[in-house]
Amino acid sequence: MLTAILIMALGAIVLGSALGYASIKFKVEGNPLVEKIEAILPQTQCGQCGYPGCKPYAEAIAEGEADINKCPPGGMEGVRKLADLLGREVKPLDAEEKPKQLAIIDEQLCIGCTLCIQACPVDAIVGAAKQMHTVVESLCTGCELCVKPCPVECIRMEPIAEKIDNWKWKYPVFEIKPATRAA
Amino acid sequence: MLQRLFKFKGGVKPATNKAPSVQAPLRIAPIPPLLVVPLHQSIGGQPTPLVEVGDRVLKGQPIGAADKWVSAAVHAPTSGTVIAVEERVAAHPSGLLTLSVVIEPDGQDEWIERHSLDHASLEPERVREILRDSGVVGLGGAVFPSHVKLTPAASVPMDELVINGAECEPFMTCDDLLMRERAEGIVRGVAIFRDLLRPKRVLIGIEDNKPEAVATMQAAVEALGENFEVVAVPTRYPAGGAKQLIRVLTGKEVPASKRSPEMGVQCFNVATAYSAWRAIAFGEPVISRIVTLTGNVEQPGNWEILLGTPMQEVIALAGPKADTNRFVMGGPMMGFDLPDLSAPVVKATNCIIAGSPTLFPPPAPEMPCIRCGACALACPHELQPFELYWFSRSRNFGKAQEYNLFDCIECGCCSYVCPSHIPLVQYFRFAKSEIWSRERDKNMADAAKARFEFRNERDEREKAEKAERLAKAAAAKAAEKKPDLPQAAPEPVETPTVDAEAAKKAAIAAAMERARLQREAAQPKNTDGLTIAQRKEIAEIEKRRAPLQAQQQAKPNAEGVQTQNSPKDQQ
Ligand code: SF4
Ligand code: SF4
Ligand code: SF4
Ligand code: SF4
Repeated sequence: MLTAILIMALGAIVLGSALGYASIKFKVEGNPLVEKIEAILPQTQCGQCGYPGCKPYAEAIAEGEADINKCPPGGMEGVRKLADLLGREVKPLDAEEKPKQLAIIDEQLCIGCTLCIQACPVDAIVGAAKQMHTVVESLCTGCELCVKPCPVECIRMEPIAEKIDNWKWKYPVFEIKPATRAA
Repeated sequence: MLQRLFKFKGGVKPATNKAPSVQAPLRIAPIPPLLVVPLHQSIGGQPTPLVEVGDRVLKGQPIGAADKWVSAAVHAPTSGTVIAVEERVAAHPSGLLTLSVVIEPDGQDEWIERHSLDHASLEPERVREILRDSGVVGLGGAVFPSHVKLTPAASVPMDELVINGAECEPFMTCDDLLMRERAEGIVRGVAIFRDLLRPKRVLIGIEDNKPEAVATMQAAVEALGENFEVVAVPTRYPAGGAKQLIRVLTGKEVPASKRSPEMGVQCFNVATAYSAWRAIAFGEPVISRIVTLTGNVEQPGNWEILLGTPMQEVIALAGPKADTNRFVMGGPMMGFDLPDLSAPVVKATNCIIAGSPTLFPPPAPEMPCIRCGACALACPHELQPFELYWFSRSRNFGKAQEYNLFDCIECGCCSYVCPSHIPLVQYFRFAKSEIWSRERDKNMADAAKARFEFRNERDEREKAEKAERLAKAAAAKAAEKKPDLPQAAPEPVETPTVDAEAAKKAAIAAAMERARLQREAAQPKNTDGLTIAQRKEIAEIEKRRAPLQAQQQAKPNAEGVQTQNSPKDQQ
């Protein structure tokens, strides 16, 4: 009887110390779940989810405070991926899904106030005080944050046009093209 | 010369339908009334335009320069006048637009100055440069710039050079005709490739349903005293796929993750070899190609057609029959429906098939997959198309990639055999482009995140620096204040009462005036060495700016009067 208790106690001590050691040795910095969620979010940093950026939203999802259908730039595709990752129900997007956009500054009207530069979260606008400003197309994420601050309303959003470089084959069910084959 | 042949798995044997288009000899198409030459005709970067509207160009004059190493130049197919450099319909399944140079031929067909060179006396690097600047790309349909493929791998010795004359697609006979009529040029081109790559053996593979081509090629090789081996390979689609032909001739299997030079083998199409020879020995860039016109037409045959010739002109040469309802570019297995007949012939256009409901009957409706496995047996890459189909269809792209979706060469064998008539290849193309687009989005998101984090960091740093500066300034002031406290005190009281407002306004006015003068004095400095497109853009912007500037000139005066007056008024 006593030996049995001793053995159990010894086992508990050994395992407990091993676990304790492991928790110190293999400590994970940050929350891995937040990182995984953030990897799915589009990093537009637009705040349309009601959080000040993608990371805060990711944290809120991980905490269980926020729903997964709040990110319009991510679209339904994003909701689906989040649902997959978190094992939650897929829900319809809590906003209108928009095509990807690009900010365009009307260079005739720009007065060079630099307000849009300050608003852009990804430094996609170049210009200097009292000089014309312009958007670097390849860097713009289409977050719309620069539209409001402009005092002369010279920034507009335009959907990204389909070009040969970004053209995609359609899902066959929507566009039934007869398969061509030799008779 | 007995060559041991290997076999590739799978494959199909569709009716070849090649006979109608090999009856007539190779013909040269007339110069069309208008040429639309797209700048982006090969894999790699888009060439930068070298000509402007109104320029006179000569035949063979470069109109687009390769913008980086993996890119190839584009040339004027005949002499004439550039009437537009604009977006035109591309020869692409999407029917979208692409930047093209539109040339109105003057009918004189006047060549630019040509230099014939001997590649043996040139540095290999120079030969590759000439090939790039002559626009030599893979004419089998992949249009990959040839000079890139002609750079041997540093670590692996080159064992075999495979020349692809298999032409396995049904209907297509352009390579067959080229080999029959211009075998000598091909063999000389192959010799250039051989000297650049220095392989141990050179193998020319031709499907055994083209005995005439095999014979002429053999004769040409012998006549030129080369030791190339001309090998007839069994006819089975897709024996002309680069990987399949390499497998058949050398027994080597090139996995998707590797490039063939890493396996000591490289593969070129016969037409590519021919165009390389023309480029080096005659200074003639790639301005035309041989296109098979066949299918539901009165006069099937092969034509040498200038690049940029609109499809409708080309089709008219063969005379499509009345019930023609579609045109396919490429073969029936791998080609696509031309969405718009104003699209031009490009370097990738090897064949145009006129289709009719009798020639290509509409496919039976798609049925559920019965998992019969026929597709897996037919797949030359030993993939499992039914699994790929399932995952592509359900958009489970990660899983599709696990099943080696990117090994699929879209040969169409699986769709061909499927008893349920599932357009499998369409699903694979859809899945591939979806994966590519996601990759792009992901890269964009990562870059955006990095920039966002960098910006935040910079903001923090700037804030900290500012705080530090302020703290230092405050400390300095405090230190200064101490000795002469009684004198310093009354000063700040004095100034604001007098004309704080006016001084501020004057300062602003002065700053605005300074800025205006500066702006007027400012001269753009980066105006030389610009491309034509940039110069044109600048001219356009200046044009738009002129009226506005005139307006502004009127305004500042009015404002200037105001600002100059205001301080005085207040005083
Ligand atoms: S809405 Fe989406 S893209 Fe915008 S900040 Fe929120 S998570 Fe990021
Ligand atoms: S330019 Fe405007 S829309 Fe584009 S990323 Fe910056 S703030 Fe967003
Ligand atoms: S051939 Fe068609 S039906 Fe048979 S397993 Fe493949 S996809 Fe399914
Ligand atoms: S299209 Fe792809 S999956 Fe189908 S047989 Fe060809 S290589 Fe295999």
